[in-house]
Amino acid sequence: MRADVLAAILSITFLGGLFGLGLGWAARKFHVESDPVVDQIEAILPQTQCGQCNYPGCRPYAEAIASGEAGINQCPPGGETAIKALADLLGIESMPLNPENGEEKPKAVAVIDELACIGCTLCIQACPVDAILGASKQMHTIIESECTGCDLCLAPCPVDCIDMVVRHPDVGAWGWSKPRPVVAGAALVLNEIPPAGPH
Amino acid sequence: MHIDHVEQARNAGEQVHHFHGGLHLRHNKKISCATPLERTPLPGLLIVPLLQQYGPEAEATVKTGQKVLKGDEIGCFAHLGGGHIHAPSSGIVQAVARRPISHPSGADGWCVVIEPDGLDQWKRLEPLTNWTDADPALLRQKIRNSGIVGLGGAVFPTAFKTDEAIKQEIHTLILNGSECEPYISCDEMLMREEPDSVILGARILQQAIGATRTVIAIEDQMGVVNLALKQAVESAGDDNIKIVKITTIYPEGGEKQLIQVLTGLEVPTGGRPADLGMLCQNVATATAVAQAVVEGKPLIERIVTITGNGIRKPRNLVARIGTPISDLVEQCGGYTNDVARLVLGGPMMGYTLNSDANPVIKAANCILALTESDIRPSQVEMPCIRCGECARVCPAVLLPQQLDWLIRNQQWDDAADSGLADCIECGCCDVVCPSHIPLVEWFRFGKSELRTLAVERKQAETAKHRYEARDARLLRIKQERRQRLEEKKRAIKDDAQRQKKLTEAISRVRARQDRNE
Repeated sequence: MRADVLAAILSITFLGGLFGLGLGWAARKFHVESDPVVDQIEAILPQTQCGQCNYPGCRPYAEAIASGEAGINQCPPGGETAIKALADLLGIESMPLNPENGEEKPKAVAVIDELACIGCTLCIQACPVDAILGASKQMHTIIESECTGCDLCLAPCPVDCIDMVVRHPDVGAWGWSKPRPVVAGAALVLNEIPPAGPH
Repeated sequence: MHIDHVEQARNAGEQVHHFHGGLHLRHNKKISCATPLERTPLPGLLIVPLLQQYGPEAEATVKTGQKVLKGDEIGCFAHLGGGHIHAPSSGIVQAVARRPISHPSGADGWCVVIEPDGLDQWKRLEPLTNWTDADPALLRQKIRNSGIVGLGGAVFPTAFKTDEAIKQEIHTLILNGSECEPYISCDEMLMREEPDSVILGARILQQAIGATRTVIAIEDQMGVVNLALKQAVESAGDDNIKIVKITTIYPEGGEKQLIQVLTGLEVPTGGRPADLGMLCQNVATATAVAQAVVEGKPLIERIVTITGNGIRKPRNLVARIGTPISDLVEQCGGYTNDVARLVLGGPMMGYTLNSDANPVIKAANCILALTESDIRPSQVEMPCIRCGECARVCPAVLLPQQLDWLIRNQQWDDAADSGLADCIECGCCDVVCPSHIPLVEWFRFGKSELRTLAVERKQAETAKHRYEARDARLLRIKQERRQRLEEKKRAIKDDAQRQKKLTEAISRVRARQDRNE
């Protein structure tokens, strides 16, 4: 074998070994504890922690999606928007929400009928985000700003004193709606103004 | 900031620069400037909406049946720690109820309805006559408590703006007198008729934010205004105030555009003029500041332009907040026969009102009545031909066609990255689009969606945080319980201790038996 061929083989082998070591070191040094895909999926989920997806929270559901165990259409609170975002992220086809998991509902907040509440603390234990305030044999109340509207407090209540009320956004938080396409022959939308005065 | 830029910013107004794009529009202002300002009479009922500024509604601080004096606080924005709403006249609170408010949604909002008693009696006013010696913080406090907001139309709380601005060093106060939108002439009339008040407000604001100079920007088409302001500056004897005439190109009155015209510098995306050492306020806001400080009067009225081909005698009126718009129209001779649409604001950025029973609000700079021939007939929307006209006229140097495409396809993150938030909704792209695409409507929709998304993301973040905190707590409690149990078990298992406890128990029993015997 010619010396230059040998030199080439040796140098390439040496370089290969060097890069291998480098990569091995980088893999340890920059090791990421959790699966970044799971984090990305979790960031899309609405974090209501309602369990309607049949998993005990948003994180477990995100893990199940990442492992291919669950479909992307099992999250009613996230609805169509979340499904679309998940489909974009994972590079798969978007699909309609699975009706077995529930249907997309307007955002709601739990309200306790404070006269009927017996202070049993069962709802406090059920609330995944600690949004209920109260103590044993004391009246309970919902911290409205923290309630995710997950419905989990409804079932445990022995006196059925919790209701879900649809949230009505403040007029200050109002947003413009999607423009309607202007079609041929559309009439001018005129707004009502009282007839001109006597002048 | 680059050192040259600092110098350039400090020289604001020395040289007039240009901004990208813009349009030359027909001015249409003369018709409403022919008649002097006049006050509207006290209406039969004052309906004061609690939504008067950017952000959520205020909380009412009065109850039905309560008697209020003119200038009494009736609403409070608790989240801002101030920025209040005041009674426009004295009388009885008839109701705190939901009424139609002048808002683009056309929805109802909470209002304080006051039945005036006709006395128009002020509350005890607390003027600061020696404001030149006053502490800037006290001046800002006065501004905060007087419910002053940006009267150019954006109604951003002035106190909030000044408090944010003074976190950085402010050298120049800019007073925006360049109302660029066609038809609107309330600022022009104000500067013409009350120039001293504008200059006084400028001097107070300058002191409140610690600026060293003031630049008042007016349009080159406002002939009389220049003279009036110059005389007012002279009589005030303040040589730190400079009046600059700038070319009338819509939308040169936008805050960022105006600063670009005055300095040649762009306010960075997501930034504020304070980043360049400047604070920009509308001239009417300055007048409100002057009244609040020197007379102690809160903001309860504003100048409104009532104009358009649908009004018989267009003019400017000083109207109390809460006056029904129909009262103002009546004072202007009523509608013409071919009136077709009522707009609050100008023809470019205003929104349609459902009814003229709506009240005057702090944002109401103009009431525009359009006739059928004014309204651009709704033409069929055609596909984008990518001509690039919209990009040519965009004063924010955006690519409207690209943004439109991204919003239609719900690519929210990409739209945000393409600068959707920098769109000032001026409508220039709408006007020039040969395909009649309602671009601004899409941008407004897109911006609303971005806002909602941001709120939802923040809520999800909080929920996640709380969920994790709860999980950690439950785990900790479980572990602590287990630990306690194990300790108890261990204590029993320990032989020596067990023996000791046993002997103790036996001796106790023996002692009791002995006693009994």
